[in-house]
Amino acid sequence: MKEFLIEKFLFASSIFSIIVVTLIFLLLFSQGILGFREISIIDFLFGQTWQPTSLVKAEFGTVPLVYGTAVVTSIAMAISVPVGIAIAVYIAEIANPIEKEILKPIVELLAGVPSVVYGFFALVTLATWIQQLTGTNSRLNALNGGLILAIMVIPTIVSLAEDAISSVPREYREGSMALGASKWETIKNVTVPSAAPGILAAVLLGFGRAVGETMAVLMATGNAAVVNFNILDSVRTMTATIVIETPEVAFGSLHYHALFGVALLLFLITFVFNYMAGVIMRRYGRTGR
Amino acid sequence: MNKKLLKQTIFFQIFRMTSALVILFLFVMIWTFISNGIGVISWTFLTDMPKRGMTEGGIFPAIVGTVYLTLGAIVFALPIGVASAIYLVEYAHEGRLVRIINSAIINLAGVPSIVYGLFGFGIFVVFLNFGTSILSGSLTLFIMILPTIVSASREALLGVPKSFREGSLALGATKWQTIRHMVLPYALPGILTGAILAVARAAGETAPIILTAVFFFRPSLPRSIMDGTMALASHIYYMATQHHAINLVRPLTYGSVLVLLSIVLSLNILAIVIRTRYRRRKNW
Amino acid sequence: MPVKIETKDLTVSFGDVDAIKNVSMEIFTNRVTAIIGPSGCGKSTLIKSFNRMNDLVSNVKITGQVLLDGENIYGTNYDVVTLRKKVGMIFQKPNPFPKSIYDNVAYGPRIHGIHKKEILDKIVEENLKKAALWHEVSDRLNSSAMDLSGGQQQRLCIARALAVEPEVILMDEPCSALDPIATAKIEGLIRTLSRDYTIVVVTHNMQQAARVSDYTAFLYLGKLIEYGLTKDVFENPQNDLTEKYLTGKFG
Repeated sequence: MKEFLIEKFLFASSIFSIIVVTLIFLLLFSQGILGFREISIIDFLFGQTWQPTSLVKAEFGTVPLVYGTAVVTSIAMAISVPVGIAIAVYIAEIANPIEKEILKPIVELLAGVPSVVYGFFALVTLATWIQQLTGTNSRLNALNGGLILAIMVIPTIVSLAEDAISSVPREYREGSMALGASKWETIKNVTVPSAAPGILAAVLLGFGRAVGETMAVLMATGNAAVVNFNILDSVRTMTATIVIETPEVAFGSLHYHALFGVALLLFLITFVFNYMAGVIMRRYGRTGR
Repeated sequence: MNKKLLKQTIFFQIFRMTSALVILFLFVMIWTFISNGIGVISWTFLTDMPKRGMTEGGIFPAIVGTVYLTLGAIVFALPIGVASAIYLVEYAHEGRLVRIINSAIINLAGVPSIVYGLFGFGIFVVFLNFGTSILSGSLTLFIMILPTIVSASREALLGVPKSFREGSLALGATKWQTIRHMVLPYALPGILTGAILAVARAAGETAPIILTAVFFFRPSLPRSIMDGTMALASHIYYMATQHHAINLVRPLTYGSVLVLLSIVLSLNILAIVIRTRYRRRKNW
Repeated sequence: MPVKIETKDLTVSFGDVDAIKNVSMEIFTNRVTAIIGPSGCGKSTLIKSFNRMNDLVSNVKITGQVLLDGENIYGTNYDVVTLRKKVGMIFQKPNPFPKSIYDNVAYGPRIHGIHKKEILDKIVEENLKKAALWHEVSDRLNSSAMDLSGGQQQRLCIARALAVEPEVILMDEPCSALDPIATAKIEGLIRTLSRDYTIVVVTHNMQQAARVSDYTAFLYLGKLIEYGLTKDVFENPQNDLTEKYLTGKFG
């Protein structure tokens, strides 16, 4: 009897995760959908102006927000992917044991720094460096957000890519070395290609993390909801919009529902990327074979 | 042949420099906070209430708030997370349900923290009418760190050899007795590591608590879980971007960052130490 | 001759693969029965069906009956915990718990509700003696079981199994991880223990079967090919397959 009750409790606990995911989706969907009674989906997805509190004409076009997220994320990925993979390769294949012992925990610490701390660093220090280098007028801009985001995504990519590279079977390497290939040629032609699915999964998860990151980009980018196609101009991401506007929104208003719509969009984007990463990891058993 | 080696050396050095650069970044960042923040750190800074519109005084209520919020989150997340992992590893049979639970956990882990924040806002603050409170914030953080705890516990449980379970069951122990005496004790260090990392993450989270639990300023300590609070992470955000005299309070902000960073990094280091220790001592 | 365990038309399958096919045999009380056969023939699966350890595999399917003292252990009301108390098991690789020697032996009794120190002390001493390990470890009962040699570990596992007062002891290739000297000790122990216990031992080592057992069963591709007194099976095999196996023509 006791055994039976324990099992039921354990079962209920594990079902909890399913319930939460479903609830999150239902809440975002039900609240978001209410907004679409008044905002057309076309306007929401393709509208050029996000002006939810304008007394003259409130507009809920998410293009500037999606643009902000896209620019910042692109900059972050352009840096973090090569750097992250390079570090992963270094840790897995090149570093001597002492370097490894130092590098791995440091990467973990980098992952442990709270995003508000990164945001503050970008706000006070990184922004100054960028301004000194480029002479830009808007101190807080997309480049600043992209750079700090790159640093934040690097640990995700490093640890997952390193796992993938480390689990490439030793025989592959030995086979290549036995044919007279140098260590570098082996890494380039055998090890990394064999780990490619795992590395791809790492990049996708890194991307998901970048899209969803909030505080750092909020504090680093200046939050102007405009599309200027200049990385030295201020941008506003989807995530930042939610943090800035939710505390002040009137409950049940059109604006309230529009914010849930933005969150739904965000949820779906990250869901798709995490799902793809999950499929790749499952199919290749993480090892990259 | 020499050309080959030269090429290899060049690439290896590039990779090594890249790694070094990232380490350097971490140290520069930490140094920035230490050099600018250490000046304001004092016993009174840690134990005093903020004064004069937060331009003077300490950050005691923010520290207390962070402790409450984090403890609240782990109190829920640890039992449910560990229970969930036990079910998945010890009881569940491979099948559809387990696949669905697994993908739910993976997806939860990938949900952006701001989405958790808005979810907590919609469910706890508004729908269940808990208001902006420690309860709402703790529950939100609990859901956010749940996947971390489940994954860490699951890894830890899977690390306990099958022979322990077989040996115990063959002696006529029940399934639960086996789990209690022969599995959980040996998975404990791994579970603990995961829990500490989850606490560290919860302590540093900002966006979810801004939407569910914290105020810009609150003149007194929270008296119940239904009260709102101040918290370190949100305090940093407010002081850095929303305060009416941002430059005046900058030193205090650096100080707060230093405090938060010390707490979070100490927890991370503690987790790393426990894990290495236990790996080294493991004799099975 | 009293029968301890009887299988009736026992079939054990994993997924679509039948590991044991229609095996019917009787195992006699206080005798040593050896189960031999080439690897993959289902030896381990067969003895694991005597204490329902196969239940741990998720896609297992079992038909037929296994009777312990005349009662079907796969019957709906049969309690697995009681069964495993009565039918102990020694595994291929010694699997002491990473606890002290004392706690290893005391684990079973504690699980079954004995907590008095003096009683436990007695149980531990008695069973370590039965397993011929007492004089080697009596002065360091509180040191870790992991520090013992492989052979000592296996004898500790035997003491651990004896401490819950089983009637049957199943041994799944108990010596395959041990050196010849440790093996000899375990074999001697099997002979001694057979006075009080019914023992079923799986082995891939024919000489071992000949040395320790009273009865021998030869299993091939999940089927029981031949079963009888060890002397008869080895000296005068009735089946071609048995003879081929015993003379090393295959496997």
